[in-house]
Amino acid sequence: MRSAIIACVLLLTPIVTLAQHGGPELEQSNIDLKDKASLQRGAKYFVNYCFGCHSLQYMRYERMAADLGIPEDELRNNLIFGDAKPGDLMTNALPAANGEKWFGIQIPDLTLVTRWRSPDWVYTYLKSFYLDDSRPYGVNNIVFPDVGMPHALANLQGLQKAIYAEGHEGEKEHVEGVELVEPGQLTPEEYDAMVRDLTNFLTYVGEPMKLERRSLGLYVLLFLGLLFIVAYYMKKEFWKDVH
Amino acid sequence: MSTDTAQPAPGGLLGWFDKRFPVISVWNEHLAEYYAPKNMGFWSFFGSLALVVLVLQIVTGIWLAMSYKPSATEAFASVEYIMRDVNWGWLIRYMHSTGASFFFILVYLHMFRGLMWGSYKKPRELLWIIGVIIYLAMMATAFFGYLLPWGQMSYWGAQVIVNLFSAVPGIGEDLSVWVRGDYVISDATLNRFFALHFLIPFILAALVFLHIVALHRVGSTNPDGIEIKEKKDDKGIPLDGIPFHPYYTVKDTVGVVVFAAIFAAVMFYAPDFGGLFLEPPNFQPADPLKTPAHIAPVWYFTPYYAMLRAVPPIAASQFPGVVVMFAAILIMFFLPWLDRSPVRSIRYKGNLSRGFLAAFVVSFVVLAYLGTQPASDLYTLLAQIFTVVYFSFFLLMPIYTKLEKTKPVPERVTT
Amino acid sequence: MTTETMNTHEADTGRRRVLVAATSALGAVGVGFVAVPFISSLNPSAKARAAGAPVEADVSKLEPGALMRVKWRGQPIWVVNRTEKMLEALPSNDPKLVDPNSEVPHQPEYCKNPTRSIKPQYFVAIGICTHLGCSPTYRPEFAPDDLGKDWKGGWFCPCHGSKFDLAGRVLKGVPAPTNLWVPKHMYRNETTILVGEDEGAA
Repeated sequence: MRSAIIACVLLLTPIVTLAQHGGPELEQSNIDLKDKASLQRGAKYFVNYCFGCHSLQYMRYERMAADLGIPEDELRNNLIFGDAKPGDLMTNALPAANGEKWFGIQIPDLTLVTRWRSPDWVYTYLKSFYLDDSRPYGVNNIVFPDVGMPHALANLQGLQKAIYAEGHEGEKEHVEGVELVEPGQLTPEEYDAMVRDLTNFLTYVGEPMKLERRSLGLYVLLFLGLLFIVAYYMKKEFWKDVH
Repeated sequence: MSTDTAQPAPGGLLGWFDKRFPVISVWNEHLAEYYAPKNMGFWSFFGSLALVVLVLQIVTGIWLAMSYKPSATEAFASVEYIMRDVNWGWLIRYMHSTGASFFFILVYLHMFRGLMWGSYKKPRELLWIIGVIIYLAMMATAFFGYLLPWGQMSYWGAQVIVNLFSAVPGIGEDLSVWVRGDYVISDATLNRFFALHFLIPFILAALVFLHIVALHRVGSTNPDGIEIKEKKDDKGIPLDGIPFHPYYTVKDTVGVVVFAAIFAAVMFYAPDFGGLFLEPPNFQPADPLKTPAHIAPVWYFTPYYAMLRAVPPIAASQFPGVVVMFAAILIMFFLPWLDRSPVRSIRYKGNLSRGFLAAFVVSFVVLAYLGTQPASDLYTLLAQIFTVVYFSFFLLMPIYTKLEKTKPVPERVTT
Repeated sequence: MTTETMNTHEADTGRRRVLVAATSALGAVGVGFVAVPFISSLNPSAKARAAGAPVEADVSKLEPGALMRVKWRGQPIWVVNRTEKMLEALPSNDPKLVDPNSEVPHQPEYCKNPTRSIKPQYFVAIGICTHLGCSPTYRPEFAPDDLGKDWKGGWFCPCHGSKFDLAGRVLKGVPAPTNLWVPKHMYRNETTILVGEDEGAA
């Protein structure tokens, strides 16, 4: 019995690796995949501000509409452009070569960005652009130094400048924070809410079946609990023979 | 009972089969009249659970193969196709990825049981050896399988490991080109790894069959390490034995249900398991031009990876590290002959054996952790120390098992 | 059975039977649940369903007597703008036909009529011969030399000589056994036909 307990404790050691190591501190994105209104807003923002460059090539329009509760005509009118049909994947027509030419890198597809970066990373990234003359598009980013992307949401957030650590002016490794120097169309709170909706939406896109798998898991565990009870009593009954 | 030959021949469908296939005698010999020790307990679950997971992996694997495309241009997208477009594809995929990690957890626990109970000692040496071959086949399968999603970690992990072959003096370069089928990891590599990943589990299943045949030839051990066959009653039945069926079939049923619950909890609530079972870089398609900041093999390989990195290059070659890494696994084959103790089970061995076994377990876990981390001076030093501890468990065993004072072994099994 | 370590004589067999039955039954239910995803995964995926989604045919520019093709589920779909002359000639074909009244259900209920269509003017059919699957040639002209003076327009299949009239009905004495298939369809508006969808009208 004791060895069993020790084994179980040892099995939990992997949790140590969950500790984040290195990199700038990330803000909490507070994802809530059950908030459909937020997801719908996020979808709208994505299509309006991001989709021109970033595809969601593994996501189908009609699945997004069904999962988010968006009626079909709203989908067709506001979220699908061009010839695409609801059953199609959310690719965009931007040739890869253009990305290379304009930004020095192929523009990444964002379907899985929250799975390989994390929602908190995406959320912090969208809030962390600051002015930097040395960059081609005049901005840099705390969580993604020397990123090729311009600040697509600059109109809305406004412009920020970097706050450097003591004695490290101008060094991008030592940016401690940012400060708004020119306001945008949205207040900081409104911008935060928008970015949260966007991150929420991208988290959904990264794993559309997440809510379904959790709720199914509950039923499976309840069923197994029942099965355990009968199996256990069956075992105990037969083992009465053994002494 | 087995000695009673006056049983009437069975009629009906069973009789029809039994005349043409040894149904009843197999049933008796391997289930209803296979006498297992009555005290096998918690640590005996892992063998049957590993078998269940093997079946699960084969079934989910075949189903995934119905939709997966083993080509460099299509593989990554086909996995997302399975996750999103194939009905219940996500469930089958998560079962397979969770199952792979659980297979190793179960087998490591199963092997640990073997170490504790002395299950490798005479007359079970062949049983143990077949088991180590199964372990090797599992590692090969897992290695080939990990390339298939064609993510960043898949690609670069395979690149690093296949490059190890190039460390072999003389033939190294040619060997790695031969393994890859190309000058770099490419579509050719992916396609052949898929074929091998599909094939080896069936070889594994055959090995498991042989493993069970070998087991039934000599009988199961127990936590006390006593041979129950040494004390039989007047009907030839071991005094401390009970028929596998129904007692262990019902017990293993409970084991399977509990395991299913743990498995389901992980699969439905944390299939990524904090990035250990599904690693974040693998959600990016493979990019031959961009190496991830931090390459590590999947957790079940990391102890050996830590050992590989711990050995410094000698004469500008990584070959010694490769040798040490393989030696760490191959040394397991020799265990039955390294253990010179007069007793089987750790319960009755002396304090040296217990100390070394504990140190072995600690070193395995610590090395596993170190293998996931980027190398640093401190970590490399620790890895070197624990590699020595790991090997000393085996290499010093002939000495400490002979030296130590063992406890008296009871006549009959205890709990 | 008794050994030193085991005694089945006091076994409560009744209770054991119940427990084994309960566990087996619940276990079988569990296996059934697990089987569902595997079996269901073999059905068409979202990708196949999207590719098989209904297709629109815009007939606003379809000339009288002309045939347009659209592709639905990998099959050629014909839409014909039948002229008055063509429609009037249809009943006269009846004696020459195997199934003039469309008894065989190769069309939705709402197309089980003399013109095999929703609106008489537009005929929608799957352009695959019901013999061995070739795509017949459109022969709208009346009484051409090679098809004889009784020919009132229709389709001629070049593979084995099967013939169909302008409502897709098969003629007697040809290899094809049945009328051409009419897929489910509906009118989105006056000039747009949606092939593959009828909102359960059949």
